[in-house]
This record gives sequence, structure tokens and C-alpha cells, in this order.
Amino acid sequence: MKRFWNEYQKEIADDHFFYERSCIRQTFFAGSEATFLRILREELGKDICDNPHQHTCTGIGYHSDVVPFETTMTVVARLFSLMTECGYKNYVPSCVTSFGVFTEVMAKWAENPALKEQARQYLWDACQREFEVPENIVHSSDLIYKFREELKPRMRYQLVNRFTGRPLKVVEHIGCHYAKIFPHHGIGKAEFPYVLAGMIESWGGEVIDYPERRHCCGFGFRQYLVQENRGYSIANTKKKFESMEPYEPDFILTNCPGCAMFMDKWQYTIAEMEHKTYDQRGYGIPVLTYEELTGLLLGYDPWQLGLQLHQVQCERLMEKIGIAYKPEEKYLGVGGKLLPTPLKPEILKQ
Amino acid sequence: MGKLIDMIRQDVRFGDSLKACMNCGVCTAICPAAEFYDYDPRRICDTVQRGDEEEIERLLKSDTIWYCGQCLSCKTRCPRGNVAGELISVLRTVSQKMGYFRSSEKGRQQMFLMKGLQQNILEIGYCVYPDRVDPAYHPEQGPVWEWYHEHIADVAPRLGANYHGEGPGALRDIPKEDLDEVRRIFEVTGGMKLKADVLPTEGIEN
Repeated sequence: MKRFWNEYQKEIADDHFFYERSCIRQTFFAGSEATFLRILREELGKDICDNPHQHTCTGIGYHSDVVPFETTMTVVARLFSLMTECGYKNYVPSCVTSFGVFTEVMAKWAENPALKEQARQYLWDACQREFEVPENIVHSSDLIYKFREELKPRMRYQLVNRFTGRPLKVVEHIGCHYAKIFPHHGIGKAEFPYVLAGMIESWGGEVIDYPERRHCCGFGFRQYLVQENRGYSIANTKKKFESMEPYEPDFILTNCPGCAMFMDKWQYTIAEMEHKTYDQRGYGIPVLTYEELTGLLLGYDPWQLGLQLHQVQCERLMEKIGIAYKPEEKYLGVGGKLLPTPLKPEILKQ
Repeated sequence: MGKLIDMIRQDVRFGDSLKACMNCGVCTAICPAAEFYDYDPRRICDTVQRGDEEEIERLLKSDTIWYCGQCLSCKTRCPRGNVAGELISVLRTVSQKMGYFRSSEKGRQQMFLMKGLQQNILEIGYCVYPDRVDPAYHPEQGPVWEWYHEHIADVAPRLGANYHGEGPGALRDIPKEDLDEVRRIFEVTGGMKLKADVLPTEGIEN
């Protein structure tokens, strides 16, 4: 079995990373990106560059077919030129869609060197910039996976139910563009992705293997962005919830920010539409980003992590793990200002 | 303009997307869109592979090519290394260049997407940004999103974000010189031309 898994590993650089932020993660999980940088710098002592001149990779526009491939590859070239300018060679995107875009562009350049030359020319014509291709490109979740054992002794909590002493049951959901496009770029490839399962197992939890484990979350780009098409999106997510429900997961863990958002928000929508929740007590299944999970186990303040932005509330999960938190600080703003609380949904218990 | 099949083959992605399809249907079996819509990527590969101009024109004018969700699950599974989802991107590009997308309801949605997404990218440098995820258009986001949308200036600093600030950090304003370079990339590489194809009345300037 060990030899089998060796075939599913990939090279992950050890230090000196160039971080590429994610439009979706910043929008819905801004605390996760700050947490990732904090973990890399403060817990692991790594050097990671957060360049202020970076911008979108255009991935959502590209997969919605409003940005041509030539434009996207040149925007990618500009991002690589920022990396080159700062003296880095290891590229780490926060977004799974971006990771797919970067690996696609790099694969096409490797197959077709004339296309890479065209990208160089386009970038020069537009910006008078030059770039080098990264020596190592990994998704940000790959770094937490790589350093999971190093982080473990620094953790204050484990993925164990403190009331029963049993491991928490965790559904892991991998964003499609992490390994389905280029399986060799994913730990465990596309069939047995291990990037999140590895974290869960190392930190004391139990991974649930359920029938629709590899099904898409349902984002579908234009299928969500256009309001009239959202039936596609919610139907796909619902299929996953129904498949995982009998296993009674304690929470869902994702490495893609879009998947995390949909699996959180669609539980609210399904509850409103069909009076259906996917846990027995009506609270829904909490959904965490891998940065939030790592931060929680390290003992970071859940409200700095941004757990108050989740529609499915995380307090019951924190209580199961035994995480200390201050409920009275949940809705504080900057400078301790007390903000009004969000309205409560009719069906999904808060 | 030439034959449609030639336009399709000229796309730099075509060679990776369709080599030799044996019509096994594995792509359709794994496809989330095929479960939800009357959609069959196997048949699309077959239509393009046959190269019949009339059939291809019908396809490019139909709703069918707009059903794919770009999850690319098909890529992992195809025993011949074809990528039905990537072929769909090629077909959508040709449909927009030829103006055929206007013939279908799903195709016409490109006007809305073009306006919103390209505007976001060119104006602020993000595809998505909280200010532009309006709760009125996104009721599915629920009351917590509504709360965050209203109080983001108070909440974001607590999350370590640099909302509308200068310098690095999540949600920072992207400097004008960087936005100018992104815009020039769109001008040089055909991004603005595609916009003009989809929204001709708005002209090439954003």
C-alpha cells in the first residue's frame, strides 16, 4: 500500500513562495488568506511573498468564455513576471480555479514552445515585461498538507469528539480543477486525492468515503453566475448532501473557496426551499476551509478566522472539539464596536 | 470567414480537446451537466469530428453548448485523452465570433456575463469582489451575507483584510498602473475584440 501511494506524490518546494490571492477566497473567506500567511510565517517560519501588484488570473471569466485563452495566458504571464521580478521561483495560488488555469497554461507552453513565445511577445507589447515559468507550482492546500506533521505538535486541539472520545467524521471535498484537469499535479491524483484526507487523518479525524465524494460542487461558472441557471448549481450540491447525509458527518472540509461557499450557502437555500437540513437536529453540516480548520486547531480566535461569515454556524462543532471561544465577541466590528446581528433563517437553526 | 470547422481547428486548444473520439460515452456518464440538462458531450464530440458544416452551425446556434459547467471531470475519464469541456470552450468562442450565440436563450446570457465579468476585471482587477455580490441578486447567499455586505468595513479589518486599502492584503484596491497593464493585455490579445463581438453596440472601449 505504501508503494502504491508513492506513485501519487508530487514535488512541493520547501520554502520561498510567491502567493497568488484568490478573488473568491478574498470575497467570501478573507480571514482564510490572512490565516494561511500567518501559519506559513509564524508557525512554520517560511518566506512567502504577498505582492500588492497582483490581480485576478481571469479564471472565472475564462471558464465563463468572456476572456479568450490568449488573454488569460498573457495575464498569467504578467503574474509570473511579478514573481520573477521579486526573485521567487515557487508559485502558490490560493484559488483552485487559478491553480487549474496556471497548470493548463504551463502545460500548453510545454507542449507548444511557439505559444510560450507568443505569450512573451504579447506581454512585452502590452507591458514591456518579461517572465520566467515557475520551477514549482502547488496549490496552497498542498503546503499545509506537506507541513501537517510539523504543525501537529503546535496544535491545541485534535479532531476528536470530546464527549465521546471518538474521531470526528469528516467529509473532504476537493475542487475539480485541483486534479481533474492534470491529475499528476494533485496529491493522490484525481481518483484518490489525499491532500485534505492527509490533514484529517494526521490531526485525529476519520475521513468519510461516500458515493458522490468526487462529484462537482456545482459551481459551473455561468451555471451559477446567471441567476436563471442556478438550478444546475444547487441540484449538484444537493446530490452530494444526500449522498453524504447517511454517514452523519461532523463537518465538511474543502480546498476550493468556491466549493466551501456553495456547500455552506446552498444548505440555507435548500432549507428555505424544501424545509430540509442535512443533520438530524436541523443545524446543517458546518463547512470549513482548510485554513480555518488549521487555524482552529492551532487555537486561533474563530472570529479572526471569519467563522461568523458562515451561514451554517460552527459553534456546535467547536464545542465538540472543545475549542474555547467567546460568543459575545462574534459580531464585534473594528475597535470592539458591537454590530447588529444577522437575521435568522426560518428553517436552518442558528 | 471560411468554414466553421476550420475556425474550430484553428483554435490553439483544439488539438488537446479532440484527438480521435471513439464515442464510448464515458464523458457523458461522468458529466454533471448531462444529469441536469438534455446534454450529451459524446454527441458534441461526434458532431465536430464528422465536420458537417450544417450540423456544426446548428450546434453553435443552440442552447446545447452553453450547458457545460466546465468542471472538466470529462478530462480525467476519457480513455483517448480528449477533453469535451475544452472543446466546448472552443465552440463557444467560435459561436461568439460568428454572432451565433444570439440565436439561443442560453447563448444570449453571454451578454450579461461579458458585461459583468469583464467590467469587474478591467475596473477593479478582480473577477469577484464583495461590493459587487449584491444580496438582491443573490438571495441564496442568505442573511449572513447580507449582514457582511452591510458591515464589511467594520468586519474586514478583524479578518486581517485590507478592504479598499493600499498595499498588500485581501480585498485591497489594485493600483491603477497594474489595472492599466491588465487593460493593455486585453487590448493586445483579443479580449476587447471578443467583447466587441458579444456587445457590438458598446464599442471596443469598456
